[in-house]
Amino acid sequence: MDKDFKVEITSDVKKVTKRIAFIKDRDAARVKKVDEDMVMTFPNLVIREIIAFQVMVIVLVLISLFVDAPLEWIANPEHTPNPAKAPWYFLGLQELLHYFPPVVGGVLLPSLAVIALIVIPYFKINLKKDGLWKELPRQTLTGFLIFVGTVSLVLLLFRVYAMLVPTIIVSTFMLIPYFSKRNNIFIEWLGSRPLSWWIMTWFVIIAVVLTTIGTLFRGPEWSWTWPWQRIY
Amino acid sequence: MKKIFDRLVRSQVWRSIFRHGLPESNRTRAEAIFFNFFFHLHPTKVRKRSIKFTYTWGLGGISFGLFIVLVITGALLMLYYRPSVPQAYGDMKDLQFVVSSGQFLRNMHRWAAHAMVAIVFLHMLRVFYTGSYRPPKEFNWVIGVILFVTTILLSYTGYLLPWDQLSFWGISVGTNMIRAMPFGIGEMISFLLLGGNIVGENALVRFYVLHCFIIPVAAILLMAIHFWRIRKDGGV
Repeated sequence: MDKDFKVEITSDVKKVTKRIAFIKDRDAARVKKVDEDMVMTFPNLVIREIIAFQVMVIVLVLISLFVDAPLEWIANPEHTPNPAKAPWYFLGLQELLHYFPPVVGGVLLPSLAVIALIVIPYFKINLKKDGLWKELPRQTLTGFLIFVGTVSLVLLLFRVYAMLVPTIIVSTFMLIPYFSKRNNIFIEWLGSRPLSWWIMTWFVIIAVVLTTIGTLFRGPEWSWTWPWQRIY
Repeated sequence: MKKIFDRLVRSQVWRSIFRHGLPESNRTRAEAIFFNFFFHLHPTKVRKRSIKFTYTWGLGGISFGLFIVLVITGALLMLYYRPSVPQAYGDMKDLQFVVSSGQFLRNMHRWAAHAMVAIVFLHMLRVFYTGSYRPPKEFNWVIGVILFVTTILLSYTGYLLPWDQLSFWGISVGTNMIRAMPFGIGEMISFLLLGGNIVGENALVRFYVLHCFIIPVAAILLMAIHFWRIRKDGGV
């Protein structure tokens, strides 16, 4: 191909102080078109931030006006309340302690959860966007059944029904797109979920279930108590 | 009126503070962002998609907003609080019955703290489900998880300070969990945290210092890095 322009290459600014590039029409050096709509930060984003902050403060003020923060009697090491509960965000953990030995429920599982959260972006499996059954569906099914079976067995052994039931429900939904012969939008959507999506959803459901049980459904001696049976 | 306003905006004093005119053109709108200390972390232009409310639900911003509310109410509460036994509990009662708006102040602090734990968790879920932890943002996700743990620690250390039955036994249960760690590590951490083997006056002072100084400073530093990296990775 003939060049219809001349290129002079030099880095010596004393010799060549100005450079002109002739660019032919077909490969014009115009900036690649931005494929997304851009808007000015001021006022578009700033106004949203201000509104969000104000709504948050208003809601907070309303709650604070009508609901008082709890304050019980002065701390008394001699008098243990029954049950003694940690703050709500630890009640999922406390619920775990009810099922597992302290080293497992109080140390191993929570540490594993935090470590698992931290390493999410460093594993290819979490970067995949393909649905669970897209590649090697047979092998995936075998691995899936072994894993879910083992976990369910352990949960059954320790009688952790609060974790077993969500595990079974989530696994059922995972299997639907594999076995289903019919196809509708919902099943298609289920089939397009990657493995990482399922694991996170499973984790979140269990965390929410355990925390809810620990907060609302546990009474004296950590026995099952309905929220309306609360004596204290 | 408009004339006075115009003269004010053009005056040397105003210009020394804001350095640009009213944001009436795209140029001055851009200047309003990058000449402003508080806004300069933002780019002057953002993707329309990334500021859509239903994309982020504003959860990260609301977490930060709650943190600001907590710093302000917390600083005010510090004026009325002494971290010693039994004064701490007495000061709580004073906040309830003697200090003007004391109860309201404590309510704001308490509910904002609970809300922050929940909202930060939801923010983490949003980031996961939109896949925003993908490269190049993977390390910012790590910082985010650490910030979530920091938020819980902030809330937890504050839980002891009222020194009532709820806080005393809440902290006792929690530190007993720590003690379950094997090889004597749990005992060590628990002793270090409580300044003894039981939840007592030493524990109250330690939790006070952790709650009001050490953890907030760590959180502010982590937040600064978190926000800065969002921007560097092409976000808002």
